[in-house]
Amino acid sequence: MPNTAIIEVHDLRKSYRGRAVVDGVSFTVREGEIFGLLGPNGAGKTTTVECVEGLRRPDGGRVRVAGFDPHTDREAITRLLGAQLQESELQPKITVREALELHSLCHRRPADWRTLAERLGLDGHLDQRFAKLSGGQKQRLFIALALVGNPRVVVLDELTTGLDPRARQDTWRLIEDVRDSGVTVLLVTHLMAEAQRLCDRIAVLRDGRIAALDTPSGLVARSSANTEISLTPSRPLDPRELAALPAVAAVRQREGRLVINGTDETVDALVGLLARNGVTADRLRVTDVGLDDAFLDLTGDDAPAVPDRTTATEA
Amino acid sequence: MTTPTVSVPLAVLKSEARLLRREPASIFWIAVFPTLLLVVLGLIPAFRDPSPALGGRRTIDLYVPVSVLLALIISGLQAMPQVISAYRERGILRRMATTPIRPAALLTAQIALHGAVALGSAALVVAVGRIAFDVPLPGRPLGYLLALALAALAALALGSTIAALTRTTRICAAVSSVVFFPTMFTAGVWLPVQQMPALLQRVVEVAPFGAAAQALSRASAGDWPGWMHLGVLAAWAIVLLGAAARWFRWE
Repeated sequence: MPNTAIIEVHDLRKSYRGRAVVDGVSFTVREGEIFGLLGPNGAGKTTTVECVEGLRRPDGGRVRVAGFDPHTDREAITRLLGAQLQESELQPKITVREALELHSLCHRRPADWRTLAERLGLDGHLDQRFAKLSGGQKQRLFIALALVGNPRVVVLDELTTGLDPRARQDTWRLIEDVRDSGVTVLLVTHLMAEAQRLCDRIAVLRDGRIAALDTPSGLVARSSANTEISLTPSRPLDPRELAALPAVAAVRQREGRLVINGTDETVDALVGLLARNGVTADRLRVTDVGLDDAFLDLTGDDAPAVPDRTTATEA
Repeated sequence: MTTPTVSVPLAVLKSEARLLRREPASIFWIAVFPTLLLVVLGLIPAFRDPSPALGGRRTIDLYVPVSVLLALIISGLQAMPQVISAYRERGILRRMATTPIRPAALLTAQIALHGAVALGSAALVVAVGRIAFDVPLPGRPLGYLLALALAALAALALGSTIAALTRTTRICAAVSSVVFFPTMFTAGVWLPVQQMPALLQRVVEVAPFGAAAQALSRASAGDWPGWMHLGVLAAWAIVLLGAAARWFRWE
């Protein structure tokens, strides 16, 4: 696996009207990986990728894509980076075929746009005008346009917004194929399933800073309560004893069942507690929390933003 | 790093030309309506009688340059700014900025195409005037073409300035309409500039299309258009183009 950095973002800062939207973000994307930017609305994800695309000029910090400054080396960047923007449109009366042809004509080594259209399920709509396409079809066309130039880097902002589950699966497979062909993917998403499925590494953004940067499983493991235990005890347990369990993060009732969040240590201690009190546990379930819970844990108000630690692990 | 760069603006121009052809309303108002107006006016018998007040010319003779100017004004002021404003509002220009197609290529293509359709419409007006109503062809073709080119430039520059200074497509349309009527008045759509009272003529001549009307009228009659009128037109075109370039926002 190649390990050279293709996107370098160092101490990126951008403010709008005095409000810091991106506040010292640093990360490096290696060539050939799918790197995710995850975070709640307003965390600065889109602004960050817009600086990578060169659409915005950073207030501070340094951004390089394959060694080029995206804001000043426009020509080079547009040739090596394909972008699908969160919100954009085409001329209302341009057809799918015309848009694909025009864009492929403007690249030196374009991909075969017919194959792309087929992969994205657009082959039946080639003569349809942009304004007549459904939301999902427009989205797939923008993905096709981002890929038609055979870019080295693709930036996808909210890739599967507006797609039905089937189209979403197909698109994910396409992106994996794109990555397998050696293309680097920078993916902005708020869908955990998407991040978990596609990303090699994820940066979790919160309030314009990186709250965590790790592999999907690393993020889950990093969360303070990565195990959930649920059971129906044969008789009530003392709440004080439950709260005193080691590494316990939360104790609550859900649909008549007792739910405890914690770690493996919590599980061991709970089993001991049940045995000591002669309580049997009906339908005992121990599950790893998904990225969803880890994400909430990392972006919640009580979670400290730790950009220093993540940049340290980066370097 | 240069192989396709020459062909890109050409490909964009072709693509935008195809899109303009899909706008029947624009094509009608720019390319058909001015000639239609000339034909309707030409059907009024009194407009075909020579008038001593006009130095022996007929009203219909005066309306050929007016219809020509109308084509330029509709194209530059009503049609073109709407397209540009919508391209910006819908994020089309912004998306283009992430591709090797420069957004400027899109704007240039639209401006050039609207100019070309307007000039085609002007040619149609002159041809129909000649064939249907015996309006003599411009006596000073070169002076006529020069005045026509400057007027087209001024119309497109005025439209570009409006697109540059307005934030949304709706405001752009409103401002265009407000500017449209005085522009048509100064071009002589209601009353040809040559028939206006002397004092009004002096005022109107300072406006771009008043000056254009005078210049085209002179060239039609076989005189060289006055440098004053050409100068006024050129000055307007330069100032407006500068303003458009200075204040245009890409998003």
